[in-house]
Amino acid sequence: MKTELLTQFVLNGLIVGTLYGMVAMCFVLVFKASKAVNFAQGEFLLVGAWMCWGLLNAYALPFWLGFLITMVLMTLLGALIQAVVIRPLIGEPIISVIMVTIGLSVVLRGLTLWIFGPEPQSFPVSAAGAKVNLLGLNIEAVYLWSTGAAVLGMAAFAWFFKYSRLGLAMRATAFNQQVAQSLGVSIQRIFIVSWAISALVSGVAGVVVGVVNGISPGLTLFGIKVFPAVILGGLDSIVGAILGGIIIGLLENVAQFVDGEYLHWGNLYVVAPFYALVLMLMFKPYGLFGTKDIERI
Amino acid sequence: MTSSSTARRAGDYRTHYHQEMTWFPSPRSATFCLGGVVVLLLAPLVFKAYGLSLLIQIGYFGIAALGLNLVTGFTGQISLGHAAFYGFGAFFSAWLSNRHGVPVLLAIPLAGLATAVVGLVFGAPAARIKGLYLAIATLAAQYILEDFFNRAQWFTGGAAGATANKPVLFGFEFGTDASYFYLVLAFLIAMTAFAANLMRSRDGRAMVAVRDHYLAAEIMGIHLTAYRLLGFALASFYAGVAGALMGHYVGFVSTESINILLSVQMLGMVIIGGLGSIMGSLLGAAFMVLMPEGLDALFHALGSNAAGANKGLVYLKEISIGLVIILFLVFEPEGLAHRWRQIKAWWTLYPYSH
Repeated sequence: MKTELLTQFVLNGLIVGTLYGMVAMCFVLVFKASKAVNFAQGEFLLVGAWMCWGLLNAYALPFWLGFLITMVLMTLLGALIQAVVIRPLIGEPIISVIMVTIGLSVVLRGLTLWIFGPEPQSFPVSAAGAKVNLLGLNIEAVYLWSTGAAVLGMAAFAWFFKYSRLGLAMRATAFNQQVAQSLGVSIQRIFIVSWAISALVSGVAGVVVGVVNGISPGLTLFGIKVFPAVILGGLDSIVGAILGGIIIGLLENVAQFVDGEYLHWGNLYVVAPFYALVLMLMFKPYGLFGTKDIERI
Repeated sequence: MTSSSTARRAGDYRTHYHQEMTWFPSPRSATFCLGGVVVLLLAPLVFKAYGLSLLIQIGYFGIAALGLNLVTGFTGQISLGHAAFYGFGAFFSAWLSNRHGVPVLLAIPLAGLATAVVGLVFGAPAARIKGLYLAIATLAAQYILEDFFNRAQWFTGGAAGATANKPVLFGFEFGTDASYFYLVLAFLIAMTAFAANLMRSRDGRAMVAVRDHYLAAEIMGIHLTAYRLLGFALASFYAGVAGALMGHYVGFVSTESINILLSVQMLGMVIIGGLGSIMGSLLGAAFMVLMPEGLDALFHALGSNAAGANKGLVYLKEISIGLVIILFLVFEPEGLAHRWRQIKAWWTLYPYSH
């Protein structure tokens, strides 16, 4: 049944899309807070997933403990990267910041390949196989778990930015750095925290994807797919990033369906988001929710 | 202003604009440059096949880095898809010479022109966007072109790749490394001279103005879109020629080698050499090509021939690419060219510090 297949693809798109949205949210968070762009977002996922896998395998820890330690380590890694690599470049032209994160992505990818090898691995968690019947469709339970985790992450984000002191300070910084600074917000701390949170949430996303699909160097593609998502949503809109992620996830899967059923081109699924990206940049470069960049002389 | 030709230059004595526009800053630097070319001409006498192949690599990567520096260093437009243009040039030249019987020596510049057209298409968004948006757009160009290479069997041979013949001129085949070295050197000198000359012209200065302050440039009557597009077209032309030279040297172009890492490597060359420096592009290319060799030599010197170490070496080379980019950006953002200028200043001003 074609409609059934299509629904399956759409559902997959929604599930993957929420994960894209979660990663895109991290990208936007860093961009909003410090106007730095992170081309190493996908590598954060990879590092988080491998870290957790390594902890589980080497020390035979229970999953929840390994996951918790991974979260702590990823937070530290994000803070460390900001302090060592990103901070010296504050005030430099944007190309330097872009290049330094690209350099970082190459280093992180090389390191994970060196330590863990290029072969894909799966988590020693026996959640696979179980299926849940939802509205007449068979969905693997892990997918539901992953969506649950992503939604939970987003809810935590919303709470953090609405009610916590630090979150409010971050929003103030994003709104106007100088005003925030004059009101006593430590900008340097905000920068560090934004990178730490970004690394943490990306690491969580990495573990979630790793549990669902297994870990392989291909995980970094998530970091690349973030760009269509954030451009679609607008670079400085967190809601836009989440929506953009979901749209890209849907687009990808619908493209795969159309490709498989009608066109038979092969890998439309991989490039469709990039065509969407180019079109978006041509006609609406500031995305659905982004603020238009108006320059005054 | 009593400097005679015998006295050593020890300051900036320029009093006319035309002195600013000379090819070389001083007669001495002209002598050095010509001397360098002569030394390079003698290189095949000294180097064996392996050393020559490294020099040839430095040559075509130097041309590619020069192109990238024209768009990124001089015009201020970041391009993350340079390797894709380089690959397009390689495939186009191979395709022209194999399918249409165009002589290879003609196919190489034609590939450059065709790549310039492709560069214009993907550079078109640059008319409206800049900075991060442009970086992302060129990243998309990289993936779209990579996908095209994999899909277009008729053009690239698909996953199998395309073969490329050696160039022939009046019955003489550039088959050996030594003869091919001279060919690459000729291209490199011509394209370096073109770039250096461009920077002395109105167009070159307009490009720099667009980079430094595009609003001021626009108010001075410089057509922003035209110069941004010109930057992209020139960069793609250089990339196309470099790719074609690579293809005909290696004799084979595969889709696998044209990946995002190569684009990053090319940007690395430009950053290590120095953004906005012609000589820096060549220095950066030399650095990027020789660094893995240096690592190899270091590993052998340390006596580790174990299989595990060799596997690690592959990744270590990849890591070192990223690492040098980071280190240069943090500690020497103006690149090797800046370091070279400082050495030169120390030399000319000795024993004073300035």
